Amino acid sequence: MKIFPMDTKSDKPGREPFQKKGPGLSTTNVQIMPSLDKAGSACESEHTRPMAAYDKPGYTLCDYVNHFIDTGAGPVPVIRPELDKWDRLSTIAVRCGIRRHKYLVSPGLYGIGSPAPDSEVLVTANYKLTFDHLRSALGSISAWILVLDTNGVNVWCAAGKKNFSTRELVNRIKAVSLEKVVIHKRVIVPQLGATGVSAREVKTQSGFRVVYGPVRACDIPAFLNNGRKADKAMRQVTFTLFERFVLTPVELHGALKMAGITALALFVLSGIGPGIFSFHGAWERGLVSLAALICGLFSGAVLTPVLLPFIPSKKFAFKGIFMGTVCTLLLLPVIYPGIGSMTGAAALFIFSVMVSSHLAMNFTGATPFTSPSGVEKEMRQYLPVQLAGVLVSAGLWIYSAF
Amino acid sequence: MKDFRYLEDVATLVLDEQKCIGCGLCTEVCPQAVFEMNENKARIVDFNACMECGACVNNCPVDAISVSPGVG
Repeated sequence: MKIFPMDTKSDKPGREPFQKKGPGLSTTNVQIMPSLDKAGSACESEHTRPMAAYDKPGYTLCDYVNHFIDTGAGPVPVIRPELDKWDRLSTIAVRCGIRRHKYLVSPGLYGIGSPAPDSEVLVTANYKLTFDHLRSALGSISAWILVLDTNGVNVWCAAGKKNFSTRELVNRIKAVSLEKVVIHKRVIVPQLGATGVSAREVKTQSGFRVVYGPVRACDIPAFLNNGRKADKAMRQVTFTLFERFVLTPVELHGALKMAGITALALFVLSGIGPGIFSFHGAWERGLVSLAALICGLFSGAVLTPVLLPFIPSKKFAFKGIFMGTVCTLLLLPVIYPGIGSMTGAAALFIFSVMVSSHLAMNFTGATPFTSPSGVEKEMRQYLPVQLAGVLVSAGLWIYSAF
Repeated sequence: MKDFRYLEDVATLVLDEQKCIGCGLCTEVCPQAVFEMNENKARIVDFNACMECGACVNNCPVDAISVSPGVG
């Protein structure tokens, strides 16, 4: 839900009628009457609701829409380039995996700045993170933005799954009557969309010529200034420390369900002992084994991705083993009193390292440089090792209780 | 990408230089700079950087390039 800024246009800046509210009347959580929350107040409705003409029953105007512009194909929403507090907060939430699969904008045509019939058309995906990224990278540039329906998935991944595709682009061009909006016959498609788009086919089917833009939205201003030419650096993907780091919360989030099930299994396994099953043992030994699980989780889903280029080997599974070994060797002395035996320590060591290896291997899917053939080779090699390792460690762990 | 290298000799990328008409679109769409133009023909200059994304295959006007990864 959007919170509108307090009466910023008021000529009496000291008076902020909506700032102090009685309990339960805060508009931060509850939108009692949306119009009351808008800048200005309800009493100046004609000034504060300039877009009343675009109201539609059952629809809410998106916060990023600034106004509408009339085109040959009807009114088109013009969006703001700047992100507000809620865009930023939801970016963080989505980066953590919260509501990531429902974070989308409506496909169709948008404008930004003061788009004219000769402005460029930038094609993008309908993942809100992608959309926000693009509009904030454009700054003062005026352009049209053609949002394809990719089911809320980013350009590259959607192109790989053929949702960001020739067919979707051609259909979308027709659906928005792009030829009535612009006087040229050119669309700028992000380079990573090329995996799903055939420039030649788009031209044949729609009459529009595809120009491949740069990989990163932040290079678009330079690309446009340079006569729609991308230099070599703009054409290549990168994978910087920061780019790797922001992926780790989603890696953790993705592993949570499996980790929860594994943790339950650990507590059950830990209860097995000389007296067949002991709840005391399940709790005490369960907590120790949980520490090993968390260690493997952190090593494989956070440390390995972040430190990726500094860890030896090209194989992610091995990188995970290496990092897991380092982490577990640091952890073991701390939890050894709770383990009590070398056999138990060996069990937890193997377990933690295998968890790390598996999660590290899983990270191949999030990198921009691993080939499916390579991943397949690696999985054939290491999945059996990981599975065997976990089984052996479970056996040792039970054995160590006797 | 020069800083990040994955497993070598596994990519299924094949370029038929006989068919190539030298349009250069593969050098434009490849995110890993696998291709370069040489005397009006594309050639593979960094085979092991190929991540089999298929951008070149999709855009080659004469079907001179192929990649055939499994399910991934």
